[in-house]
Amino acid sequence: MNRAMPAYSFGKGFLTMKKTYKIDVDCANCANKMEDATKRTPGVKDATVNFMTLKMNVEFEDGQDPKSVMKDVLKNCKKVESDCEIFL
Amino acid sequence: MNKKQRKMLIRILVSAVLLIGLQFVPVSGLPRLVLYLVPYLVIGYDILRKAGQGILNRQVFDENFLMAVATVGAIAIGLFESGDYTEAVAVMLFYQVGELFQSYAVGKSRKNISALMDIRPDYANLELDGQLVRVDPDEVETGTVIVVQPGEKIPIDGVIVEGSASLNTSALTGESLPRDVKEGDEVISGCINMTGVLKIRTSKEFGESTVSKVLELVENSSSRKSRSENFISRFARYYTPAVCYSALALAILPPAVRLLFLGLTPDWYVWIYRALTFLVISCPCALVISIPLSFFAGIGGASREGILVKGSNYLETLSQTGYVIFDKTGTLTQGVFEVNAVHHNKMEEKKLLEYAALAESASSHPISKSLKRAYGEEIDRSRVSEIEEISGNGVVAKVDGRTVAAGNAKLMKRLDIPYHDCHRTGTIIHMAIDGDYAGHIVISDRLKDTSAQAIRALKSSGVSKTVMLTGDSRRVAEETASSLGIDEVYSELLPGDKVAKVEELLAQKPPKEKLAFVGDGINDAPVLSRADIGIAMGALGSDAAIEAADVVLMDDDPLKIAKAIRISRKCLRIVYENIVFAIGIKLICLVLGALGLANMWLAIFADVGVMILAVLNAIRALFVKKL
Repeated sequence: MNRAMPAYSFGKGFLTMKKTYKIDVDCANCANKMEDATKRTPGVKDATVNFMTLKMNVEFEDGQDPKSVMKDVLKNCKKVESDCEIFL
Repeated sequence: MNKKQRKMLIRILVSAVLLIGLQFVPVSGLPRLVLYLVPYLVIGYDILRKAGQGILNRQVFDENFLMAVATVGAIAIGLFESGDYTEAVAVMLFYQVGELFQSYAVGKSRKNISALMDIRPDYANLELDGQLVRVDPDEVETGTVIVVQPGEKIPIDGVIVEGSASLNTSALTGESLPRDVKEGDEVISGCINMTGVLKIRTSKEFGESTVSKVLELVENSSSRKSRSENFISRFARYYTPAVCYSALALAILPPAVRLLFLGLTPDWYVWIYRALTFLVISCPCALVISIPLSFFAGIGGASREGILVKGSNYLETLSQTGYVIFDKTGTLTQGVFEVNAVHHNKMEEKKLLEYAALAESASSHPISKSLKRAYGEEIDRSRVSEIEEISGNGVVAKVDGRTVAAGNAKLMKRLDIPYHDCHRTGTIIHMAIDGDYAGHIVISDRLKDTSAQAIRALKSSGVSKTVMLTGDSRRVAEETASSLGIDEVYSELLPGDKVAKVEELLAQKPPKEKLAFVGDGINDAPVLSRADIGIAMGALGSDAAIEAADVVLMDDDPLKIAKAIRISRKCLRIVYENIVFAIGIKLICLVLGALGLANMWLAIFADVGVMILAVLNAIRALFVKKL
């Protein structure tokens, strides 16, 4: 019954996605707050915000659409730090 | 300064002028409050807004909230008790000055450090119908011929098909001596062409070229956070709420105790003022900004010296290096084999080398290559026939109709030919022609000029033990080690044994000291990743090494290892200085504030002052030239 195999079973981690985004934020603590907010967003597996290079690395959970997740991430980040920006 | 910063500067100036002016306006009561609110709102409206948003979003304890509560509280005290509003406005003013300074300093150093790493070529020149056309290097296909003019960067790795030039490699290697290249040489992207026009056939795509790889590595480097950085972000998370609750306790408990148990007047205003002073000190900015900045500057400074560190965590581990394990070939030695001597030869030296080179002509082993190089002339393969390779022994072949045997002592024993042992260390190729011993050729690897100095430098920068691992014979290994002053040698190792040896050393080292492995990235990727810190050297062009190592030395000078360790130690020293200094000053201020010995002025000066000093100290990590 091989036909029943789901088409997406390419092995563990196949659908894990990592992306890097440019950000803008004023202070280091604000960057930490953004990191926390991003980590709390559903669909995000892990995230690091780098204040020095103004970049954000986001690892998405399997099968999530980065575009829609990032919209939520941006919303959550704006909540904790209104001056921040993520260049999607 | 960017637009935001200029705007802030104007707000600071306006508010400061108003505040000074108001000192000479003799009004009292409510009008006085209204007048003072003008500079206060000019300087602090965004803080108040953010504090409000924070409360709405249940993100209460941030620095905006603290500053808002502290200054509004101070104004309230002014209104009901002292009539002094200057303090509240000044606190907000200095807070903003500190923020502006921080934003400016960080922006500036971010720019400086990024400029150091900016080796990205913007375009590639293609020649179309005799005209040079600039194109995006991303669009250039492998195998295209590009033109690099004097003063331009080589955008893509390739081979020179026409022209010769001196290249400045300092952006990649930190080495200031120019490198001369000519037709047929391989060149790597990121070098600057200083003299002639070069035509280069690209051998890689832009994305796979050295410059792209290096940039990718550098840009991702500070995403790997060090333990110190994680400590600080955890600290900041607990510190601020802790100070807030203490402030609340300070405002309520002492007056309550005075009132209920001691029968004294509660002195509400005194204690609330002390509590507000507490809040001013509670911003963890100095720490939160200066620690990542120190690492960023340290990594930036190192990369200017041709030392790429893949993350702050590796810089931290590197600073604790106690054991340094070397691979021999290519790391301490040049990895280039040379014919050093010919002994006991009955025929002419040149003739013997000719026979050796011919017999070994089918092999691509470094040894046979060095024989060919020593012979120095074109090899006529048709003179050689019946080549028989005896694995681990050598070669027997017919050259010009004579039977030539070239190999080690085992081969001579096997052929039953008496031979002379050699007193020199190195690889010995015994030669026999038509069954008679014809002498031997000594081939050895040359030590790098700076190897001995590098070992001494490691010792003097506090490395407790140096070890050399090699697949070479014991005699060669021990002679090399003793001439360099290396503590321990393990020889005749197969590649798999090296991992086992490193694991053994990992187990026996003191737990506080870290183990670094230095290799040239060829065949030692497993060892590089097994060690606490894997250092790959001479990595230009070797993707595997860049991939597996934690620290990449762009050129192959072993002195850079000690330099890398010293850079990391300096950086970490600055980090600890900042942690101790900033937390220390804050704690002192908190105590003084609680005792009523420090007022808000002192608190805000301490806060901003500590931040400025910590940031300036952090930038020091960038200066590593003289280490």
